[in-house]
Amino acid sequence: MLAAILAAGIAVGATYALIGITYNLMFSASRVMSFTAGQLGMVGGVLGALFIGRMGIPIIPGFVLALAGCAAIGVVTEFIAVRPVLKALDQHLYVLSTLGLALMIQQFTAIEWSTEPQPFPRLIGVVSGGPFDEKFWLPVVACAITVAGLEYLYRRTLVGRAFLAIAEDNFAARALGLPERNLRVASYALAGVVGGLAGFASGELLLAFFANGAMLNFLGFVPVALGGLGNNRGALIGGLALGIFQQAANFIVGGVFASVAVFTVFILVLLLRPQGLFGAPVARRV
Amino acid sequence: MQRSLPYVALFGAAALLPFFSNDYWAVIGARAAVYWVLVGGLNLVVGFGGQLAIGYVALLTLGAYTASAMVARFGLDPFLAYGMAGVVGAGAGVIVGLPALRLRTFYFAMTTLGFATIVTQIALAWQSVTGGGIGIAGPELPQPLDSPWGFYLFALALAALVTWLSSNVAHSRFGRSLVAIRDAEVAAEAVGIAKPRLLSTVFLFSGACAGVAGGLFATLQTYITPDAFSFDLSVTFFIAILVGGRGSIMGPLIGNVLLTLLPEVAAPLVAWSTFLYAALLLAIVLAMPGGIAALLDFRNRRPLAANRSIVPRPERISGHGTARGDIVLKNVVLAFGGVRAIDGLDMTIRPGEVHGLIGPNGSGKTTTLNVISGYYAPQQGEAFLGTVALPHGNPQTRAALGIARTFQTPRLIGEASVLDNVTIGATIAGTAGFLETVFCLPRHRADEKRLAARAMDALATVGLDALADVRADRLQHSELRFMEIARALILNPAFILLDEPAAGLSSEEIARLGALIGAMAKQGIGILLVEHHADLIFDICDHVTVLNLGRELASGTPAEIRAHKEVVSAYLGG
Repeated sequence: MLAAILAAGIAVGATYALIGITYNLMFSASRVMSFTAGQLGMVGGVLGALFIGRMGIPIIPGFVLALAGCAAIGVVTEFIAVRPVLKALDQHLYVLSTLGLALMIQQFTAIEWSTEPQPFPRLIGVVSGGPFDEKFWLPVVACAITVAGLEYLYRRTLVGRAFLAIAEDNFAARALGLPERNLRVASYALAGVVGGLAGFASGELLLAFFANGAMLNFLGFVPVALGGLGNNRGALIGGLALGIFQQAANFIVGGVFASVAVFTVFILVLLLRPQGLFGAPVARRV
Repeated sequence: MQRSLPYVALFGAAALLPFFSNDYWAVIGARAAVYWVLVGGLNLVVGFGGQLAIGYVALLTLGAYTASAMVARFGLDPFLAYGMAGVVGAGAGVIVGLPALRLRTFYFAMTTLGFATIVTQIALAWQSVTGGGIGIAGPELPQPLDSPWGFYLFALALAALVTWLSSNVAHSRFGRSLVAIRDAEVAAEAVGIAKPRLLSTVFLFSGACAGVAGGLFATLQTYITPDAFSFDLSVTFFIAILVGGRGSIMGPLIGNVLLTLLPEVAAPLVAWSTFLYAALLLAIVLAMPGGIAALLDFRNRRPLAANRSIVPRPERISGHGTARGDIVLKNVVLAFGGVRAIDGLDMTIRPGEVHGLIGPNGSGKTTTLNVISGYYAPQQGEAFLGTVALPHGNPQTRAALGIARTFQTPRLIGEASVLDNVTIGATIAGTAGFLETVFCLPRHRADEKRLAARAMDALATVGLDALADVRADRLQHSELRFMEIARALILNPAFILLDEPAAGLSSEEIARLGALIGAMAKQGIGILLVEHHADLIFDICDHVTVLNLGRELASGTPAEIRAHKEVVSAYLGG
């Protein structure tokens, strides 16, 4: 049973961590938290099932197409829900605009795809069943590749350093001549890819289901809130911890109480440390 | 009276609906009325308080199951069951709302969303009470309320009641404080608004409304299952308010009716209704942030007179609070990281004296002011009022001690009228409690009359009385500076702290400002004046302190400072 809890916990935890990283990517480029983060995960799963399962496209092109679709949604988010409200960031209109867009994506999927969970195709199919089934390790692999890739991007490449510069001080970065707007669009596209990857890799586990968007929105936000905004390592640790905690609670006390437990922990941690467990407090308002 | 006319017309017309229409519309109309019972309360939280509570369906669910279970399992009277639903809703409203005291915007929205998910799951799992997926019958009302039109009129009456109650709150110090917290939280603290208490009270009220709405909803549905409480419904409530416009009651009321009717008049679109609402939300945010209320606000579309000039009437200043002694700073040290913004400062501000505080940028002037008004807690030393130490990091306490202030950048409540912007300064002078306000009892009405008179008086003193009804964000910069002074004066303070009041003013306006400040001091108010205009400082100050790098460089009468060698070379030039 322990193996089953760990396998499922780490798998969903990796998915939550990826959605958390999606939140972070959008946040560091624009100081905006977007409700579309979880929907990107949902769309990744639905597009994968659509292209590979329903339309019969081979796995690799289907995968690329699904991620490209999510990247496009990321860019659309930036154009219609983020850019117009960036001028008045302190009014927090982005909460409303991204909520509107996220709901549109969710409802469109519900109507045009299905309101029932749909199967996601087997991708590799070597070990069937048990804790080493691909549905458990695919999200972990996706998460590991993403984290390693982002580390490489930020530490070794010029573009990655430009991303960091914008996240650190947008104003100064612009003064140095960095193409802030293009980098922001690129960040949103990247966020789309990461979110889509989360949904695609966890497709066999969570199925292609429109309601996954809202679920991932919340459970992907928990690691961000716990780990501190913009902190990818915090999101990774927080995501895995959340996944294992949730699955353990699921096995021990049952689904409803597991949800209540997750929610309670989330609220308590936030109330005690609003800046997250690994974040630093901010002050100076006057 | 005039304010209530549109509402009387609207509800009057709605009450006539039974004469023109069939049972089908009775159900639709009842639904709109039931939703409004919730939305009307939620409007105070979202529209006025600016708290993004998107998961209010949780409270509707709780109310619905409480009322249904009370009737079905314990055989309670349906009206008592509604009352119970209201009580449970009020309690849950506070629980849902409390995180708002610590968490901002997106975080708070997420917690309400999480709460909504949890409640539905519990409803599904707790079968012995809720009937689980099979459901439970809603409370049945006795005759004649059990007919479609009977229930419609009953729900309509409650909707009208909620409109009246929420309007009483909206047009009181509570409503103004909510808007102040939304648009100018820092200013709200300076005038003594205690956010935790205010928000808990309002969450209690809106939770009660939502609970009762839940009970009514269960009756309307006749049978409820957890499916009935979809997140879409929650979003509909939220969007109705934003479509209607923030800080308005009529706007969200119309928004609520429109959103309830939309799927009915466009039947093929029913499946797409949530999609359309979401698109509407996006469109409103991007294109028309004021919503329906902004369309209806004809008064603020009239152009203002050009070439307005501010003519203060310093002679009108009369009363002021009795000072409990001088404001004394003793060896105050405050460092931000490695920077010592204030480095061992001693200073005394006396009642009836204008105390100038000057120095180069970054010398710690505004920081000193922020220590006195409680935004920063010094690491060493104390600020005293008389012999009592001023509590640290607690700006809400200053108004009650008779210390008012203005800000370097005017902290206006843009969408409120100039009069309301000033009235907010005397929030702590209100005597009526929340319940008295909700039911518009005599003490509340007396409060409103007195505060309005005091605000008009303060506006007349600074010379802005002609603009009292104008929305504050339409004012010029200089007018905002005087508006902030009026907001300080209405408190009848013992001390006023002015942070660069002359910045951005013309030379004529500066002269008038100087006369006004002089008159305030003559009446016994102690004034701390942080300024860069050396002329103004030397004209009106009784005492000047010069700061440099957080330390006192010189202190004395204007004449002594003007002759001080180091000050001249470091700051004044010459």
